[in-house]
Amino acid sequence: MSALVDKSKVPWWVSNLIVPLVNLVLALLVSGLFIFIAGENPIQAVQLIIYGSFGYIEGFAYTLYYTTNFIFTGLAFAVAFHCRLFNIGGEGQAYLGGLGVFFVAINFSFLPVPIVWLLAVIGAALFGAAWAFIPGYLQAKRGSHVVITTIMFNFIASSLMVFLLVDVIRDTNQMGPHTVVVAKELWFPTFKDFGQFIGLKIRYSPLNISFLLAIAALFFVWFLIWKTKWGYEMRAVGHSTKAAVYAGISPHRNIIIAMLISGALAGLLGINEILGVHHKVIAGFPAGYGFTGIAVALMGRNHPIGIFPAAFLFGILYQGGSEVTFDMPNITRYMFVAVQGVIILFSGALENLFRPQIESFFVKRLNTVQTV
Amino acid sequence: MEYFLDIASLLNSTFRISTPLVFAAMAGLFAERSGVIDFSLEGKMLTAAFVAATGSYFFGSEWLGLVLAIMACVSLSMLHGFASVTHKGDQVVSCVAINILMIGLTTALAAAWFGEAGLTPTLNNDQRFLEITLPFADALRSVPIIGLIYSEILSGHYIFVYMAYLLVPVVYWVVFKTSFGLRLRAVGENPSAVDTAGINVFSMRYKALAINGVLIAFAGAHLSTAVNANFFREMSAGRGYLALAALIFGKWHPKTALLACMLFGFTDALQIRLQGVALPIVGIIPVQFIQAIPYVLTVVLLAGFVGKAIAPSAIGQPYVKEQ
Repeated sequence: MSALVDKSKVPWWVSNLIVPLVNLVLALLVSGLFIFIAGENPIQAVQLIIYGSFGYIEGFAYTLYYTTNFIFTGLAFAVAFHCRLFNIGGEGQAYLGGLGVFFVAINFSFLPVPIVWLLAVIGAALFGAAWAFIPGYLQAKRGSHVVITTIMFNFIASSLMVFLLVDVIRDTNQMGPHTVVVAKELWFPTFKDFGQFIGLKIRYSPLNISFLLAIAALFFVWFLIWKTKWGYEMRAVGHSTKAAVYAGISPHRNIIIAMLISGALAGLLGINEILGVHHKVIAGFPAGYGFTGIAVALMGRNHPIGIFPAAFLFGILYQGGSEVTFDMPNITRYMFVAVQGVIILFSGALENLFRPQIESFFVKRLNTVQTV
Repeated sequence: MEYFLDIASLLNSTFRISTPLVFAAMAGLFAERSGVIDFSLEGKMLTAAFVAATGSYFFGSEWLGLVLAIMACVSLSMLHGFASVTHKGDQVVSCVAINILMIGLTTALAAAWFGEAGLTPTLNNDQRFLEITLPFADALRSVPIIGLIYSEILSGHYIFVYMAYLLVPVVYWVVFKTSFGLRLRAVGENPSAVDTAGINVFSMRYKALAINGVLIAFAGAHLSTAVNANFFREMSAGRGYLALAALIFGKWHPKTALLACMLFGFTDALQIRLQGVALPIVGIIPVQFIQAIPYVLTVVLLAGFVGKAIAPSAIGQPYVKEQ
């Protein structure tokens, strides 16, 4: 281990930009190795990813659509993480969030459209929060580790939703396990509609105004965590439970609040998927977005300013990745699940791998520049 | 008589189903007793299943498959140690990384090598472990009760089932009756005291993780080269987490953890029996609810109606040597 560096002398951009970038590059190099082992050319894969996500307007819109989902699930993980909670249950919470959206869309469709939209957002958040409540409560009151309980709640959510979609709310005129389509007025305007409005011809696009909701959620989380008493208390509990107790802050209360907000944010994924894209609840619609949120949050250092570019990067990987799976027979979408794992490893667990070396390198360089 | 055979087959399934859980719980016990959290049992079990099936297919030997699976799991345990013991990274994050990485990589490589479905080729009987009929099982079948217990419940299991149940007393002996076990537990409870006594905390944790990797490999090999004859995606289906819950519920003790694993095994066996069966009063329970029983049980057990579980006190904390 190299000599310890005085933290106060390390410029912010070294620890918050250079180190994460080095970690990301390492992760991508290892990912390239996996693609090579699978029998394909990594450089060609990178070219396909860049073409698929930026090369044409529909591709770019897809990238932003995925970004929307990852902002929601990334923020969900980050909020809980500030309270030192590992909410691995984004997947199940998002699933239930979708149910909340459907419930509102079916029962309140007589109200004016903007009000139904608002209620749908509240419904998604409430259902997602409700699904996070029990793991949060058990962690706070019984010390049941939230990682295991949230994983179990993912399995239970999946069983529950399949049951509902097969036996209770299935569209009986169709074979597949999904609900009826919600009223057409309620569908969110998409990028295609926007294109028509400004005279741009765009084929199908899943990108819709949920993207703006995601941007709003970024500001909301920033304000919540750094500008409110709640956020302060959550961070205090996350930092040191004992110190928080001495300061009169209740860890139990804050653990539950953090899980509720985290679940609510994950639930918002249902807005993008149901009002924006499918217009109905489909079995398995969260499709791993909840898990990807973990990588997004860790890469973005749990801060909205970091989560936005991280979500965008994963949007590129998802959209570009589907281009790769089209063109390279040996690569399936699971390869990109592995890539997420590598990114979590390098930007989360191994984030200190080269930090001391990089920081001391820059501190020395800057010192010599100053003395000259 | 028929009733008895029903119960016998239920108990037989219980032994078979709880086997990977027992291996995983014992693997977790070594890591967690040394103070290293191991949520990555799931990812390692999956890795072992993939490597064992692939190795056995390529080399034609199920034992070689098992050896390769052990090597793969020990490497992952070492990676976990490198991140969380040496570099003091967050242990839970390291586990989550390993899980997501291996869920992706196993299926991605299976798809790249064996076709898009992500399955490994079906192993023939020379390439996999088969059920072992204990001596005289057929002859003793006619003996009332004892003969039936012997031939219907105890005989006819895969070798891993017997290994798992023999493993538990061995683990108990190692952890509670040897000096290595004493050091292991001390490292998990009070690492600085152990350090003062001149024992290397880091090397103890690495040793514990190495044992952890060896044991978890058996769980995966059981899934893909014994009970099934191939690997398929996410075939571990949460068993790594169930085993960890059993370990916590069993208060990090081999005997009680074994009982908790068997409870999970029993509910799972029951769950399979109950599918489509009309019960009195409630009728047929939807299959999705029945399938969710083990997961609900996990949450209920963790919520601990028998009191709060007390973890090894240094668990999850990287050890920093005083300067």
